[in-house]
Amino acid sequence: MTRVLLFGRLRDLAGWRETEVTPASKSLAELKRRLAEAWPELGAALAGPGVQVAVDRALARGDVALSPGAEVAFMPPMSGG
Amino acid sequence: MITLTDQAFDPGAALTAFSTGRTESGAVASFLGIARGEAGAATALELEAWPEFTTRQIEAFAADATRRFQLHDVAIIHRTGKIAPGEAIVLVMIAAAHRREAFEACDFLMDYLKSRAPLWKKEHGPAGARWVEPTTRDLTDAARWER
Repeated sequence: MTRVLLFGRLRDLAGWRETEVTPASKSLAELKRRLAEAWPELGAALAGPGVQVAVDRALARGDVALSPGAEVAFMPPMSGG
Repeated sequence: MITLTDQAFDPGAALTAFSTGRTESGAVASFLGIARGEAGAATALELEAWPEFTTRQIEAFAADATRRFQLHDVAIIHRTGKIAPGEAIVLVMIAAAHRREAFEACDFLMDYLKSRAPLWKKEHGPAGARWVEPTTRDLTDAARWER
């Protein structure tokens, strides 16, 4: 399985904060396609600008391979302070 | 040290604790961010973090600031959860040998926290809730430090 975490407005769009995708996705691109099939609004937001991705708690850019059991977090534009 | 807390904190007590016992730091600069009421349009701010990840990212950035500005110490307290107007959201405290480095590092860290730290901010009000994203000003402020 692949563990998926959402933050900020992405969580509101999907209606969940955390889910497990089974069987595990082999790449980030494949995971995004599967999420978009199940949650079209989330899929559109993930394809949009400004969403950062952390794979196993390290920031990832572009498409990356995912190992089984990977944790993938999608983070919309950040704003603290 | 980076502290995320879902409890209201006392900025004065934190600043006193941070400043006490320093015999070589000639300068302590601080910035306190407070939740605005927007004349009734905002009843609360809600700050979301991914606690472990957020803390680690801010720590790494603070370490970078420490090298860049030759700081003696950095402490940041950041609220999470629901924050009422008038409550402290963030307190950045910097100790350095001299004031210029302390002021600049404070500004540098706030620019980072406003637009690049893994925190998400929702404003609640009578008209509903909305996610707040960095403004153009926040982004151009943060870009000032790139070189």
